[in-house]
Amino acid sequence: WLHRRGDESELARPAGGQPPLAGPGSGKRIIFYGDDTWVRLFPKLFMEHDGTTSFFVSDYTEVDNNVTRHLDGTLKREDWDVLILHYLGLDHIGHLSGPHSSLVGPKLLEMDDVLKKIHSSLVSRETEGSLPSLLVLCGDHGMSETGSHGGSSEPETNTPLVLISSAFKRKVGMEKPAVVEQVDVLPTLALGLGLPISQNSVGRLIQPVFQETSLRDQLRFLHLNSFQLSCLLRDSTPAFQKEEGYEQFHMAEKTHGNWMKLYLEGNASEVLSSIGKKVLKQYMEALKAMSSSLSKQLGKYDLYSMIVGMILLLQVLLLLLLVMPEALSGSAEVELPLAASLLSLPFFLLCLLCSSAHVLVCTSAHSSCYLCDLPWGVVLAAIVFSSGLLCVLLSLLGQKLAPGARPSAKSSSDAGLSELDVLLVVGTLGYVVSLASSSFIEEEHQTWYFLLNTLCLAVFQDVCRKYFRERRGPGDDASYLSSREDSSPSPAPVAELGVGSRKWLKLATPLLTLVCCRLLRSLNQTGVQWAHLPDLSHWLNSWDHKAELSLLAAASLVLIFVLVQRRCSLVSKMALGLGLLGVYSYRAAVGNVLFPWQTNSTDISKGTVEARFVYIFVLGILFTGAKDLLRSQVIVTDSRLKSRGLWEVYSGMVLLCALLFRPHNLPVLACSLLIQTAMAQLIWKELQYDAAQTTIMHYWFGQAFFYFQGNSNNIATIDISAGFVGLESYVEIPAVFLTAFSTYAGPLLWACHLVCFLSSAQDRCPASVGHGCYCFALLRSIPTVAYIVLVTALRYHLFIWSVFSPKLLYEATHTLVTTAVCVFFTAMDQSHTASSRF
Amino acid sequence: MRDLEIKGMVSAHAIIASSIFIATVMPLFFVEKFSVYGTHMVWLYSVSGSVAVVNITIFWLLGISPPTKKHTLGYKVSRLLRSCLYFILSCLLFHAVVVLYGAPLLESALETFSLAVLLSSLTTVRCLCVLGPNVPAWIRVLSRDGAMSVWDTSLQITTACSVIGAWLGAFPIPLDWDRPWQVWPISCSLGATFGYLTGLVIAPTWIHWHRKQLTYKSK
Ligand SMILES: [Zn+2]
Ligand SMILES: [Zn+2]
Repeated sequence: WLHRRGDESELARPAGGQPPLAGPGSGKRIIFYGDDTWVRLFPKLFMEHDGTTSFFVSDYTEVDNNVTRHLDGTLKREDWDVLILHYLGLDHIGHLSGPHSSLVGPKLLEMDDVLKKIHSSLVSRETEGSLPSLLVLCGDHGMSETGSHGGSSEPETNTPLVLISSAFKRKVGMEKPAVVEQVDVLPTLALGLGLPISQNSVGRLIQPVFQETSLRDQLRFLHLNSFQLSCLLRDSTPAFQKEEGYEQFHMAEKTHGNWMKLYLEGNASEVLSSIGKKVLKQYMEALKAMSSSLSKQLGKYDLYSMIVGMILLLQVLLLLLLVMPEALSGSAEVELPLAASLLSLPFFLLCLLCSSAHVLVCTSAHSSCYLCDLPWGVVLAAIVFSSGLLCVLLSLLGQKLAPGARPSAKSSSDAGLSELDVLLVVGTLGYVVSLASSSFIEEEHQTWYFLLNTLCLAVFQDVCRKYFRERRGPGDDASYLSSREDSSPSPAPVAELGVGSRKWLKLATPLLTLVCCRLLRSLNQTGVQWAHLPDLSHWLNSWDHKAELSLLAAASLVLIFVLVQRRCSLVSKMALGLGLLGVYSYRAAVGNVLFPWQTNSTDISKGTVEARFVYIFVLGILFTGAKDLLRSQVIVTDSRLKSRGLWEVYSGMVLLCALLFRPHNLPVLACSLLIQTAMAQLIWKELQYDAAQTTIMHYWFGQAFFYFQGNSNNIATIDISAGFVGLESYVEIPAVFLTAFSTYAGPLLWACHLVCFLSSAQDRCPASVGHGCYCFALLRSIPTVAYIVLVTALRYHLFIWSVFSPKLLYEATHTLVTTAVCVFFTAMDQSHTASSRF
Repeated sequence: MRDLEIKGMVSAHAIIASSIFIATVMPLFFVEKFSVYGTHMVWLYSVSGSVAVVNITIFWLLGISPPTKKHTLGYKVSRLLRSCLYFILSCLLFHAVVVLYGAPLLESALETFSLAVLLSSLTTVRCLCVLGPNVPAWIRVLSRDGAMSVWDTSLQITTACSVIGAWLGAFPIPLDWDRPWQVWPISCSLGATFGYLTGLVIAPTWIHWHRKQLTYKSK
């Protein structure tokens, strides 16, 4: 997770010696100022360095001043060969307020001045008679419309490269710039400095750079580069002699020899120059062919490890699917024939077979793979686990298929699927199928919004049908309602008036949800195709709408407090209130929102004090909740205490979210709480949705809220600034945890709410937590396994690196988060029943 | 009895389906450069108009409409007015639903509203013809096992099919194929029309297939 930011300008003086980024200790003197990632990557390379931490995004002046302040002194000195400057400010401005920010212009002017200073100093140095210098100005990446980077869109991957030197011919005007590959910079710089090209470089030299040198030198450079590429090709391709580029290289080499002969004979005719041009052209073509065939080979896959991993995942998924009838039965207990299958002969045979297969693969394959590099103990454990799982699966399958062993599971599924069930199943499966298309992955938020909308409409129809149906006769309606409520003594005959108003509230809930979702959807425009469209967050974050943003943030915080506090104890209520106040003052200190009594908002601090103040309250609330939970489980089994403890844990998480979310995202949090409250009070309980249905709905909501926050399946949309809330500098573990938490806040909060909701419904249906946990695990594992199989099949797809692999990272992280949630679930379930889940 | 009803339904559906085809072909002679993609709005209104008119005519001729208590002219006029009001309301409702699904609020509002009109004429007009302006009855028929006659069942099927067709029609929109029919709202209106046509075929077939099992409570 290496994040290099800012534009870097690199200054190299050709003097002979070794490549600019080669190993240390060979006499080349490099000075570096800027992003300290460089220093951490190459700790001993620089003769002198001053790293600036790049991880505090809201600072865009100090990071650059820290580079510039060295400039005057260094430029006067003569004791260095290469000077590398990595400016970070522009990148930070992009992350802060996007490419159209009013801060960009002044920053670019500042950079222009720096460039001018360097250039004039170099020019004056050259008049003293040193060799010509080369000034390289380039950005390490571009910027998307939202100001971030890491994706594959045109403005993110295309950056300018400017080479300035007195060794070049002076150009009259601005020509249309040529397009070069990033890998081409390395051979060009190496040859320009008179150094050997790095062994594994796949680039080809940028020919216009050498236009002013003699033809002999040009051909020598081209020969060096082609020779290096041909060596690389020979080492990496078995059939290298049949490669087009390799053949062209040999042709060019031969003609080059003829040219040299003529040249050394002193021939200066037209023939010589025409042959020279021909050689040049041949070399260029050979370079192009070899470079492209080498680039293609870079994507090699470790198929053995991939298939082994896939088999393991498939086994787990099959196990989950096979135990479905038992897991969703009334007791939610699953008995696995562990002992029987682990002591059987097939198990040992399988272990032996797998081990021998592993040895065979690892000794025969000439390329090393991940699994072969693992220590033997780990491999053995994996083999035992996998074969054990297979035996369990087979014996389970045997039990299922055995005639006469059909349990009475049929009776529960006999009731038939309602429209809602059909929608939930079709939606989940349809989502899995949609993962095969790169467009649907890029626009996955659309899938979830669409499904969620349909779900709300289906719930609306359900409410209509249950409460507003035409009465065919007296008592008909009541019998219909009671037929579904016979399992519980629900308060059906409440006073007529209360039922009437509640009926309308119930009808309004899905509509409210729909409206909320539509508003949130226009808050953050994500995805690829429509990401450039203006959205509410842009509007709110522009400088002249700070008052509106402050008002919105304050209103959201108040709403959050009102919705969360009702089920907390008094202590956590107060802690929550103070914490939310702290959140607002943190945002005011950072400069995102206005304090009503603050007149000058010029002094922007890092807000560390305020953020730590909130962290204390978060920990306090979580601690109170954990204490209540423990007391409810260990000392007295009190379900009310337990549900309060759970709710306190949940409200601690809400407070942490409120702190980490950017102010324009606070309405997302408020709306999610609002929908949760309304749905829990009026829909899920009263319409008798079972645990599985509720779980699937929670999962869908969680997914949609993941995208409402502004996330996408592109790494660039991760808001890394969340990892620095309340920290002075980059500390790895909290930063990673906080970033992951704020990214997955939507799914996490909904999962946590699900635990609260199901355990409060536990007295109605004891197995509901178990059912919820099972459904949650299943809901996550089906898409993950399907996606891994799909990606393996599509590994030569054009978009594999830009679309499919970031999505794979997201899937993996999401699975990790879900595992944590499931562990929490099981812990909550343990106390109630001693049921064993797997 | 049942067979006669099914035969009537088949012929009625055949007439409606052919009216859709005619509405697609006819504008060729009146409108310059007519095509379903290019001049989509013309096609959309021509189809929805013809479907509405043909539906109303057929159901009026067949006499399948809810029993009216009074036969006074005033009652009939108020019924007609209420039907018109319901139609307009259903257009607005469909428009709102489509916007909730993510259609832009202000730009291309005309296209969105046209889609709403098409959906209303495919579904609401038929409801009005069969059930009259009676919302609780609509809710009954449009929920599972609420049908009380063959026509109710066919109404269920065609309505569900056109709505599902429009729903499925939204799927190709995010794909980056850049085809002319991916432009909003063409894929959705085509989907709705195809869904409706499928519904017209499925309804009599399904009823014929299940005619033994279908038992309706007498009114
Ligand atoms: Zn950056
Ligand atoms: Zn960068």
